Amino acid sequence: MQEVKREALIARAAELLENGTVDRVLGWKAGEFDYDLTPALFHSAGELESDFVWNGFCGANFSKYLVKETGKSENKVLVFLKPCDTYSFNQLLTEHRFSRDRVYAIGVPCEGMLDAGRIKDSAEGIASVREDGDHVLVETLYDGTLTLDRTSLLPDRCRNCKSKKHVAYDELLGSDGEVLDSHRFDEVEQLERMTPDERFAFWQNELSRCIRCNACRDVCPACTCEKCVFDNPNSGVENKAAANSFEEKMFHIIRAFHVVGRCTDCGECSRVCPQHIPLHLLNRKFIKDIDQFYGDYQAGAEVGSRAPIVNYSAGDLEPYEAVERGGSDA
Amino acid sequence: MQVNGYKPLIVAFCCNWCSYAGADLAGNNRLSYPADVKIIRVPCSCRVNPMFILRAFQRGADGVILCGCHPGDCHYTSGNYYTRRRMALLFSMLDYLGIERERTRVEWVSAAEGAKFAATMNEFAEKVASLGENKRLEDLRCKK
Repeated sequence: MQEVKREALIARAAELLENGTVDRVLGWKAGEFDYDLTPALFHSAGELESDFVWNGFCGANFSKYLVKETGKSENKVLVFLKPCDTYSFNQLLTEHRFSRDRVYAIGVPCEGMLDAGRIKDSAEGIASVREDGDHVLVETLYDGTLTLDRTSLLPDRCRNCKSKKHVAYDELLGSDGEVLDSHRFDEVEQLERMTPDERFAFWQNELSRCIRCNACRDVCPACTCEKCVFDNPNSGVENKAAANSFEEKMFHIIRAFHVVGRCTDCGECSRVCPQHIPLHLLNRKFIKDIDQFYGDYQAGAEVGSRAPIVNYSAGDLEPYEAVERGGSDA
Repeated sequence: MQVNGYKPLIVAFCCNWCSYAGADLAGNNRLSYPADVKIIRVPCSCRVNPMFILRAFQRGADGVILCGCHPGDCHYTSGNYYTRRRMALLFSMLDYLGIERERTRVEWVSAAEGAKFAATMNEFAEKVASLGENKRLEDLRCKK
């Protein structure tokens, strides 16, 4: 259950619309089902009252939306940011992707979002989903109402939440949290302990499900290039279902490599993947390596920090040492 | 270079200022290295984008080696320092995906190190030959 209620968000947003601080609000509204909320723009208190939604399915990270949205008007846009969204927000500011003075950011605390996939796995014929404290009530067409434990429905990124602290905001509703000592690299380490053959089999199995819908790229707050290398029809990695196992690997290696040092580990890529490929494990491997080789670095923790990939020192380790340390021998 | 009758194809990216000259020197000194090493000259080792390496594997390379000036000696002052970080991360990722770590390598070869160039290529070609054909990063559409 979220600490700050929907009414509090609407009241504050309506106030800011009223006094002219902002002229539109970026928020969530209901989709076809309770679990597929969609990002939307609201222009009036009336629209907010009827359509605005704030619950465990508000996973979408709005930072990337600001790139296009701030270009539309000189007036400010109000945006609600959860702690992990604020890291992407800072990272995009570092890259000069939008203008800070066109945004009014409200930080909202987050108790962890819900994973629609896990709910769908545990219930058939879902009619509605409602949160009630530590439980989630799922009304189904055939089995009556199921009561599920909220913690069992958290997506992976929230199980290993790296921070409940907001690193950027104009104002904060509710309380701020702390940077957490998460165990987000545990799964990566588990893979590293496997033999190369096992790792190859694991990734072959995961990546071969890729349908190249490009959702991971489109949602990623770090992927904001105007023109993407994968949109080039001559790239050889065409914008269609991978015809070959090489193409999948190429796409995923390059996708992850392009965001090295800029990925804040927000987990949006895994959230949107329709094939449930654990894409965050690729990004986290890079983050773990960076931490290990070049010192701890959290992208987006502060505006203007220089990522390790665009930096160097004379005593850096050699690539063969990286493989020995980062690989299964570690 | 053959191991069990298998001749690997090796792509070597060599920087214009040190390693390419090193390869020249190896030739001038009549030092032999495998003819299966195909050299691609690049202005600096940091010109090599991770995609080049994957692309080389796609088009049939069994091993890819990247040669540049020794750290500190880069013609452009700092290019090879960036290469070093990028390749450390890329190779670690390839290893993470279960691709044989011996298929990729970075070596610093100066313009005076013709002997090192030849020795490196011999050693690398032998290593790759013993691994056999590149199966894990092959693209069947590119096979003849």
